[in-house]
Amino acid sequence: MMFIDPHAHMISRTTDDYEAMAASGVVAVIEPAFWVGQPRTHVGTYIDYLSAIIGFERFRAGQFGIRHYCTVGLNSKEANNASLAEAVMEILPRFALKEGVVAIGEIGYDEQTELEDKYFRLQLELAKELELPVMIHTPHRDKKRGTSRSMDVCEEHGMDPGKIIVDHNNEETVREVLDRGYWAAFSIYPSTKMGNARMVEILAGYGAERIMVDSACDWGISEPLGVAKTAKLALERGIPKDQVEMVCYKNALAAYGQSGQMHEDDWLNPTAIDQRTMYEGNSILRGGREPVVQESAVKKNANNLIIE
Amino acid sequence: MAQTKTEAAGLMSNKMHNKPLQLLNDWLSVRLSKEQLSWFDTQLDKISRSNSDRELHITLGMIPRKLDRADLYLTTRELTAADCLATGWHPQNWSIDIAARVAVICHLADHRPDRFNETLIDLCRNADLAESIALYSGLPLYPQNSGLDELIGEGLRTNIRSVFEAIAHHSPYPANHFDDNRWNHMVLKALFIDSRLAPIYGLDKRANPELARILCDYANERRAAGRPVTHELWRCVGPFAKGDMIDDLALAVNSDNHTEKQAALLALSAAPDSRAQTIITEHSVIANQIASGTLTWDAIQQQENTGKAA
Repeated sequence: MMFIDPHAHMISRTTDDYEAMAASGVVAVIEPAFWVGQPRTHVGTYIDYLSAIIGFERFRAGQFGIRHYCTVGLNSKEANNASLAEAVMEILPRFALKEGVVAIGEIGYDEQTELEDKYFRLQLELAKELELPVMIHTPHRDKKRGTSRSMDVCEEHGMDPGKIIVDHNNEETVREVLDRGYWAAFSIYPSTKMGNARMVEILAGYGAERIMVDSACDWGISEPLGVAKTAKLALERGIPKDQVEMVCYKNALAAYGQSGQMHEDDWLNPTAIDQRTMYEGNSILRGGREPVVQESAVKKNANNLIIE
Repeated sequence: MAQTKTEAAGLMSNKMHNKPLQLLNDWLSVRLSKEQLSWFDTQLDKISRSNSDRELHITLGMIPRKLDRADLYLTTRELTAADCLATGWHPQNWSIDIAARVAVICHLADHRPDRFNETLIDLCRNADLAESIALYSGLPLYPQNSGLDELIGEGLRTNIRSVFEAIAHHSPYPANHFDDNRWNHMVLKALFIDSRLAPIYGLDKRANPELARILCDYANERRAAGRPVTHELWRCVGPFAKGDMIDDLALAVNSDNHTEKQAALLALSAAPDSRAQTIITEHSVIANQIASGTLTWDAIQQQENTGKAA
């Protein structure tokens, strides 16, 4: 089965992770622009970060046969640094039209401050102007109210819920997000977000429509095989295969494909120029070289099934 | 970036006959639809009339969306025209979006000659992967001036092979502009990032004793580590091989790999050292192929390409 991980901060991960993801069936990842742990204090570092996720990280993923996409945006934490935020807003339009940028994101609330609110709204307007989907980061604290508020604000700005992916859902938020017509993403992230056994329960209860899972793997203790392991566990526990395919592949493609920057052909039938330049998987030009990813060489594997 | 008066004058004189732009437009006009061409013309016009870079950024960003990312598949005649315009320029791997993006940059050379370098440097700094490849691929077509040296140095420092190759391969720019140090490091870096030497234009012309020494050291380092040595590097060693270098080549001659053997003997045939000739005569079949002109560097490359296809 092919998987898409629609939320993975690969810039913080190792090549072991890329190998393991490719071997587990991941064909594409989406890397949202986010907070890198250490606050940025200059717009220049922000520019270089965005350049890295649209450039070098894309190249790095391609070496493992994984197609790499990204989202650009000002994250909620750094929205609280007003002078940085202003400068980032100025450069965002330039990056939003780069190749492989599939959404504005991840944006939304952290502590739900006025500045967070201001830049969330400005970025919704930017997404509308550029006709891009939006990836919303829902807050860790005061999550339920923060999630509702995020959707209220989207509706105030006349956004189409069908182009908005609300991420980091849990049992408490999923009902409202689906009822209001948004895509509901779940981050299978140990300890702080969703576990995959809980995720399977949600799938059993809500079905697969407009639901997707991601790993949100980053610099913390996280699991780059979150999507593959969830799929495997869901199948084992009786979720129909077509539903597993929807939440682990098709829905992410449908939601972010609305950007016009992500097509199944990108990995199934890549253009000649892509094969020569940025994507070594499935390459007819590989010319007899051994495949980059060999199962036996992978140090991590998808048989270690449960994520707590 | 400061330009000298002469360079600025050079940029200006280009305005009268922007042959690169003409050529690229010819190629695009037979491959794009009317609607696509009219969009592109409108954008070029907007860029020339605008005071800010906004239209330029939008145009470069929209090119793959509005036009096409397919290969150009240039005809033999078109490739000949390219070589006539800039000897050594072989854009056989160019795609439509590369041609269109380079056309935009050539257009800038006409419309803002005074800010040309500054603009190109800024665009490269914020480019995505495909844009970087396009912007660097166009180097042989831009107004030639030393103000871009730093930018090109930055481009060559990349570890992204396709960006490196956009500068190094099928382009006369490096051979015509790089000093020996930059040239030598470009060749060496090509080996380090698993790129090829054969597509580097001017490889024989720019060979030099320092490069030969660097490459022999590199080969010995690889051998010491038990790693394979690409046969391609011997081409740059041959003309300057003497002393220990002949021994290095002799090792390659004794390789089990037939291509490596051929390459080493071919390199020895260019060596000024008398020991080289002695070694060659010990391998009569290949020696005859070299003497008759059937074994050349081009032939080795072709042989490899066919092998790959099969």
